[in-house]
Amino acid sequence: MNTPYSEKVMDHFMNPRNVGEIEDPDGIGTVGNPSCGDIMQMYIKVKDDVIVDAKFKTFGCGAAIATSSMATELIKGKKIDEALEITNEQVTQELGGLPKVKRHCSVLAEQALQSALDDYYKKKGVPSPIKLKSEEEMEHDEAHDE
Amino acid sequence: MSEIINFDHASATRPLDEVAKSMQPYIRDLYGNPSSLHLEGQKIKDAIDKARAQVAALINASPEEIIFTSSGSESNNFALKGVAFALGKKGRHIVVSEIEHFSVLQAARSLEKLGFEITKVPVDSNGLLDPDDVKKALRDDTILVSIMHANHEIGTIEPIREIAGIVKARDILFHSDGVQTVGSVPVDVKDMNLDFMSLAGTTFYGPKGSAALYIRKGSRINPLIDGGTQENGRRAGTENVPGIVGMGTAAEIAARDMTMRVDFVTSLRDHLIESLESKIEHVSLHGHRTLRLPNNVNFGFEYIEGESILLMLGTFNILASSGSACTSRALKASHVLLAIGVSHAIANGTILFTLGIDNTKNEIDLLVEKLPPIVERLRMMSPLYKK
Repeated sequence: MNTPYSEKVMDHFMNPRNVGEIEDPDGIGTVGNPSCGDIMQMYIKVKDDVIVDAKFKTFGCGAAIATSSMATELIKGKKIDEALEITNEQVTQELGGLPKVKRHCSVLAEQALQSALDDYYKKKGVPSPIKLKSEEEMEHDEAHDE
Repeated sequence: MSEIINFDHASATRPLDEVAKSMQPYIRDLYGNPSSLHLEGQKIKDAIDKARAQVAALINASPEEIIFTSSGSESNNFALKGVAFALGKKGRHIVVSEIEHFSVLQAARSLEKLGFEITKVPVDSNGLLDPDDVKKALRDDTILVSIMHANHEIGTIEPIREIAGIVKARDILFHSDGVQTVGSVPVDVKDMNLDFMSLAGTTFYGPKGSAALYIRKGSRINPLIDGGTQENGRRAGTENVPGIVGMGTAAEIAARDMTMRVDFVTSLRDHLIESLESKIEHVSLHGHRTLRLPNNVNFGFEYIEGESILLMLGTFNILASSGSACTSRALKASHVLLAIGVSHAIANGTILFTLGIDNTKNEIDLLVEKLPPIVERLRMMSPLYKK
């Protein structure tokens, strides 16, 4: 069937990596809302400053599920400060691009990741270096990038 | 690749073989202009006249009451703007429903910018209009009421005859968008007491680019396209001869096979509705259960999103459409679903199956087999779903 997505996006959509929840996680981030059509929930497990496991649950379109899958893949095995550097552009690139109208899904994946890392710092009792942005701000940034 | 299974007939139907065959001579060999006296212009004009009679017969109109257009959208724009331009001095008020097709709503919006006032009548949770609400919306300066015969998304068939009675008693012009009904269910414009009705060949196995507006003899309306005297001066421009001929053929066959088609498609529809309701939990049928287009099945699947469902169905070559924001270019959930009180979350998880005469019971059974595991799989991924 013809889809608006690349083969890689379809692969991550049809065979998503890391679906599920982590019991007793070190960080959880939930972003989005059902009226936009996407909600992403990301779980991380951290050991010695390294993300040893990441899982997600997503309500959303093909792009939302694929970007969740790719984002969890990208952070697994990474140090926290490396994971902090991951951007939505990077997730999109790794997926071989997304249709323009679906870019906001990758923004959501970045937000979910940041939100999970922020939660990790909070749980640890360490001041979080993350300034969480609203989706509007992220979309705004993106509009300026183009 | 295996055959495509089309459950998206509301978007397009496949033209019948007879339709394609009837169009063939007019694509190349009979290329003359029907307005010309040479190059067999008369022969081509005769073909258009025949098609006009065929389309008229489908809705119990006279041939001269049929004006060919390029699309249902054009017909709707023609009715609203044409009446507004003709009667703008008499009154500036137009009544529509909340669930009209965008071509009615956007035309109304354009007229609003020109100083016309629009009242949108609401519908109930089944998408049904209360004729009393239309009555209450009428004013002394109302020049036109436009209410669709049946909704393109949820399939609800409106009480048009009753509404027309109320509107005509006040001597106001009445238009109904019949794009989803003409050729699919019996339509009689005289019995329904309509002044205008839009119809499109694409919905009844005719070609794209073929549509018409029924204009009751004597009804006031201005042309949108000025120029020559084609279409009795109501729409200038050289006619889309192959399209018109194809739609004529499709109309004749639709009239001939109407009862058989309605019975067959209704049986598929009811089988699909019953099967999905019995096999999948947390689903809701949108639209009226009985006052419903024979081909319409619209379900909300809780906790999951529509585009994901469509993509997974697509892997089995099953085509449908969705009310999800994610599948619309505007990223907005369907205005029809929101108007009947469906939440954003469920609107985003809505799938529309529109069936047709080329579907089979086996295809329905395949869908009923493939869909439940897809829904289950996506629910297992959803943070909203707690089993």
